[in-house]
Amino acid sequence: MLTLTFFAILALALAFFVIGRSRAVAVVHGDVRLLHSRPNFHGILALLLSAICGIAVLLLLGTMGAVWIETHLLSAILSAQPDMSPIEAELVLSDARALASGGIASKSDPLRLEIAQQVARLGALHHWGTVIVSLVATLVAGLWALGKISSDWRARNRSETIIRRILMLTAAIAVLTTVGIVLSLIFETINFFNNIDWQVHKFLFGTTWSPLSGVQAGKLDPDKVGAVPLFAGTLMITVIAMLVAVPVGLFSAVYLSDFASPRVRAWAKPMLELLAGIPTVVYGFFAAITLAPFIRNSGEAIGLTIASESALAAGIVMGIMIIPFISSLSDDVINAVPQSLRDGSYGLGATKAETIRQVVLPAALPGIVSAVLLGVSRAVGETMIVVMAAGQGANLTANPLEAVTTVTVQIVMLITGDTEASTAAGPAFTLGFTLFCVTLLMNIAAQRVVRKYRELYD
Amino acid sequence: MLDTTQTLLTERTMSKDIKISAKGVDVFYGDTHAIKNVDLEIENKAVTAFIGPSGCGKSTFLRCINRMNDTIDICRVTGDILLEGQDIYAKSVDPVQLRARVGMVFQKPNPFPKSIYDNVAYGPTIHGLAKNKAELDEIVEQSLRRAAIWDEVKDRLHQPGTGLSGGQQQRLCIGRAIATAPEVLLMDEPCSALDPIATAQVEELIDDLRQNYTVVIVTHSMQQAARVSQKTAFFHLGNVVEYGDTNKIFTNPEDSRTESYITGRIG
Repeated sequence: MLTLTFFAILALALAFFVIGRSRAVAVVHGDVRLLHSRPNFHGILALLLSAICGIAVLLLLGTMGAVWIETHLLSAILSAQPDMSPIEAELVLSDARALASGGIASKSDPLRLEIAQQVARLGALHHWGTVIVSLVATLVAGLWALGKISSDWRARNRSETIIRRILMLTAAIAVLTTVGIVLSLIFETINFFNNIDWQVHKFLFGTTWSPLSGVQAGKLDPDKVGAVPLFAGTLMITVIAMLVAVPVGLFSAVYLSDFASPRVRAWAKPMLELLAGIPTVVYGFFAAITLAPFIRNSGEAIGLTIASESALAAGIVMGIMIIPFISSLSDDVINAVPQSLRDGSYGLGATKAETIRQVVLPAALPGIVSAVLLGVSRAVGETMIVVMAAGQGANLTANPLEAVTTVTVQIVMLITGDTEASTAAGPAFTLGFTLFCVTLLMNIAAQRVVRKYRELYD
Repeated sequence: MLDTTQTLLTERTMSKDIKISAKGVDVFYGDTHAIKNVDLEIENKAVTAFIGPSGCGKSTFLRCINRMNDTIDICRVTGDILLEGQDIYAKSVDPVQLRARVGMVFQKPNPFPKSIYDNVAYGPTIHGLAKNKAELDEIVEQSLRRAAIWDEVKDRLHQPGTGLSGGQQQRLCIGRAIATAPEVLLMDEPCSALDPIATAQVEELIDDLRQNYTVVIVTHSMQQAARVSQKTAFFHLGNVVEYGDTNKIFTNPEDSRTESYITGRIG
């Protein structure tokens, strides 16, 4: 019913749009040049005002009314039986609600039945009240807007102000969400450090990671929360991934921008970018099921023992995943190097290779650097591939053929494991916060570099 | 038969001190016939100006002389262009080596995003013209002196070339072209992006360059052609309508179209 009201408000607003537009034309007897604002703006203002008022009243009455009914009923229950505990009162209320809607209640005593009656009465009142009041609000706002229409009513300025506010509100939602996430990360991190008595160095420099094995009465063992193996594993896999992605991505970008014929470029570039569209979970099982056994078997053939989950397999596949980011971004910046620079170099008798190496790549270097930094921040934050292919044991090793674990894998393990959420959340959020700081710094660095580059040519 | 014509042609060009000789040159951009059967002989150690309305093919023809059109896929050149009697479109000629002999300066100053020194040292380094750092320093200084910009930049050779003013950048680009020790310098509207003072400086420089180089300049400014060149070719719709001494072209043109262009009635 409330959904229906919502659509009714929208329909009314649309009607106000049509009426407002034609009324604006009528006010000046068809000579629209006399209007301060075009007829459409009069219509839009009527639409916006009526829709906003109607929906705001609907939301306000809908939520506030429900809250008011709940407090009213709880106080009614408590005044009937003053010695009842608040939890019992809430149980009575939920039973009454069940009775009112014909459901099953734990008990049905006179108090519950009486409250159930009140629930039904107040509920209906609230419901219809909301519907009627919001529709009336829509009508009043719309009619007010219609009444204001005259040749010098500034409908354009007003409607543009309203639209600007709406845009601002949507932007604020994104910003506030980010702020909220960061704040929750910070608070959980503080909680975690409190839990280990502010021995921050044990987290940052300790080498044993087994946070849940030393829990006693919700208290973590500071000696078992050393995150160095995770940082080392993340670093190793990132390095392997970049060793794959940077040369392949950069060289393919050079080929696409300076050597490929337009026809080859036309299908090769979308194909490369298709790599970016493959879900990482697919890369993950490709790494775990195809590449890791292949590496192990090849290793055995030359007499090496390689774990079935290895940093190498995860790193290579992650590198393949990052190729399109590097190649696509580098291709863009290489293309942005003006043709006049290439001509200048050819005009001096330079070959294509000399031109690319000595003129084009140095000119595009800042952009390439920022592409690589973005690639690194992707690699650091990547989860699915490492969960499947890198292993779970927090193993501090420099050998890429052994299983290692990363920050993201441990977050997954902590949150999806069966430990109580309040205990597991501390280390998980702290790791997340560390990760956030690292990728944030990378992105800031990348953007700085890009900005510097823009200044060069514009 | 072919050999004798070749020898005759060579002797003739040498005797009249002709640096570049074009015979029946046609250029096509895709389906567009941009240059139509052009014959032209360019004198050694003189400034030759190409004038004509926009789109008449003068820049296209200029770019044929150092095979810059090779970098454009849809462009096709037929006919012969001889540099000192040698066909530059022959299979045996490497465009890269040719461009070291026939340097080019472009419409818009295009210094590389490197230091002033590195901009000039770029050509000599890739062609191996300097045996050591001292020789390279010498080439850079000589080139910048000849480009009449040495005094302005000698104290900041290691700052970026992109930080210079437009006129300085264009003289830097001329210095950069001179540094590879070319025989011919092609200039494609070198002053069109410059203010009058910078233009005057570059024009003065072109006049000096005549002592050591064969200069071919494309220009939209008739006054400029009259000021800097000894020979002028008037291009119109892909044809060379008239070619001769600059004085004669500007004072007593033979073709009515040349006269109309010079007096501002077509263009």
